[in-house]
Amino acid sequence: MKIHIKNGRLIDPANNQDRHADLFIAAGKVVSIGEEPLGFHANQEIDAQGLVVCPGFVDLAARLREPGYEYRATLESEMGAAIAGGITSLACPPDTDPPLDEPGLVEMLKYRAKSLNQAHVFPVGALTLGLSGETLTEMAELRDAGCVAFSHAERPLDNALVLMRVMQYAATFDLSVWLRAQDASLSRIGVAHEGEVATRLGLPGIPACAETIALSRILQLAKETGARIHVCRISSSESVEMIREAKKQGLAVTCDISANHIHLSEMDIGFFDSNCHLIPPLRSLRDRDALRRGLKEGVIDAVCSDHTPVDDDAKLLPFAEAEPGATGLELLLPLVLKWAEEDKVPLIDALSRITRHPARILDAGCGHLARGHAADLCIFDPQGYWKVEPKSLKSQGKNTPFIGFEMKGRVICTLVGGHVVYRANHS
Amino acid sequence: MQNNRQINKSGELQHLLTIEGLPVSMLHHILDTAESFVGVTEREVKKVPLLRGKAIFNLFFEPSTRTRTTFEIAAKRLSADVINLNISASSQSKGETLLDTVNNLSAMHADMFIVRHAQSGAAHLIARHVAPEIHVINAGDGRHAHPTQALLDMYTIRHFKRDFHELRVAIIGDVMHSRVARSQIHALTTLGVPEVRVIAPKTLLPKGVEHLGVHAYHDMSKGLKDVDVLLMLRLQNERMQGALLPSAQEYFKYYGLTPEKLALARPDAIVMHPGPMNRGIEIDSSVADGPQSVILPQVTFGIAVRMAVMSILAGS
Repeated sequence: MKIHIKNGRLIDPANNQDRHADLFIAAGKVVSIGEEPLGFHANQEIDAQGLVVCPGFVDLAARLREPGYEYRATLESEMGAAIAGGITSLACPPDTDPPLDEPGLVEMLKYRAKSLNQAHVFPVGALTLGLSGETLTEMAELRDAGCVAFSHAERPLDNALVLMRVMQYAATFDLSVWLRAQDASLSRIGVAHEGEVATRLGLPGIPACAETIALSRILQLAKETGARIHVCRISSSESVEMIREAKKQGLAVTCDISANHIHLSEMDIGFFDSNCHLIPPLRSLRDRDALRRGLKEGVIDAVCSDHTPVDDDAKLLPFAEAEPGATGLELLLPLVLKWAEEDKVPLIDALSRITRHPARILDAGCGHLARGHAADLCIFDPQGYWKVEPKSLKSQGKNTPFIGFEMKGRVICTLVGGHVVYRANHS
Repeated sequence: MQNNRQINKSGELQHLLTIEGLPVSMLHHILDTAESFVGVTEREVKKVPLLRGKAIFNLFFEPSTRTRTTFEIAAKRLSADVINLNISASSQSKGETLLDTVNNLSAMHADMFIVRHAQSGAAHLIARHVAPEIHVINAGDGRHAHPTQALLDMYTIRHFKRDFHELRVAIIGDVMHSRVARSQIHALTTLGVPEVRVIAPKTLLPKGVEHLGVHAYHDMSKGLKDVDVLLMLRLQNERMQGALLPSAQEYFKYYGLTPEKLALARPDAIVMHPGPMNRGIEIDSSVADGPQSVILPQVTFGIAVRMAVMSILAGS
């Protein structure tokens, strides 16, 4: 299969490219950028006039709900949502049922994902057996089975000794440890940021210090053990400053935020909108602004979708009882573009937060376009509007704070391994 | 963002979910209407036919005696049919969701739901999903709101003090867990009370409570100085168990309302309590039963205020 993508604006942050150039694909790989190779006869031509052609997006946190939670979503439905959002590589956290704590489960997930022939799935292995925070998993074996990193998902890892040991052991094999910073005792009953809105609505709060206390422990132990650390989904302004300082000191630490947290704050909860019940909680406007600044300055490396499909019934409950999370795969690009437009961030820099930088964290050779490399790419219309509605979302989860919003940035076509896996309906 | 849906497009009260956002004119309208009903409750025949033929469901997902009873009396005095449901003991334990319960009862042609629930926001959730002709009254949701309690408190204050604009009001006790306190704060600030104070140890005050328009005090001797109205809050026994308070004795010593502490307030200050009282923990019996206590009139006015709210909703 030979494909010629013509007339597009090619943006590849990893190679610092932003120019009009044609792209030639053969046998699943990019064979040329700009110049048509001699004797190239395309089987398929894609006209990308007025569109952006860029590497497929890399999402560091997408729950696919398999194994264990198929009633909420299936691998099939969510992989369909990923490619509809232009995402060609995604990492999934280990909090499935059972958790991804043994090689057989990881192989099964990889196999299931591969047979669907859509986006690449990179499982994140569990740091401890059953995510119970006690016994180390066979991390090296899990790596061999396909785990790209290790995490504890949303489960507490309270015991500082265990936390130090998992970092030491991971560092032995140079494995990357992904952690969420949230102190369990300070957040156990909380459902919203401890601040003005939670006080007004009478919702139990999660103070910002629940994050910074845990983060400080993680950073101290990272220094102690030399482990490679990625901090997932920070939410407070203090955390941004702590990460900035840690990077300045030369610590091997990176971090991301969810696309929801670029735009929303506690104020968006309004009168108990359970779609705004998220983990970590939406914090104050000051925090949100600090996250945006941190993202612009590169202190925050990447934006993830934090995709969490939840069925309607689990959201139609009083705020605290509603299940936290939001669907996100199809909103990742529009929410990043919205940020770029509002904060006047050049498109190439904005796209680097969902291509180049998460790819570097994932360390799986994706997120860029170059001759001889896999043709995983996304073609999108930066001016195309679409409305977020249950019927416009491929994901089985229809739960998002942005339901009813008009979004700018419409994915037209997604290619994985040189095959067109998604094409938008003409509208 | 989800809005407060209690006022309909014509500016009428569709539901009563919270005091927050209600215009001052609406509060006065409710209080004035209640005043007209006080006479009814004192008559020999204590009934008016305003809600004849209406079906009112008392939907209590959390146990309550006083609030449920006063709503029931109020509805009956308006000639409505009242159905009491104690849900904690039935469908919820069989796994039925809150909205399923409500939908089933709506199918029985309910006109009004009076809802008490342990979760903040439960009444808003129900109001968002009922048919437009059904009205919802929040009779207490988690820590969030208890608007009819706050309204009867305002009625009592107005009855004894006449004017809100020159008052100093203190709310004393467990503000953190109190829906009553949150509704009182919104009502007092809306009605133009120039100084609202909250007095409690720091473990019982929610973060950023000042944003609600109150001054926080941690010392009764300072907080009670020159106060006209004292609104006591109930301290639940389970608060003594966690790390919030060391003991009932210490709480009573520093925050319990005794005659000595009451003497710091203005000599004509009134003392109120939403009940049920913990004598010897948040309030001394000699104060609760003393000349400055208006705790029993509060209960009487509660019926008239609830009649007022129900009749206004039914008329919208």
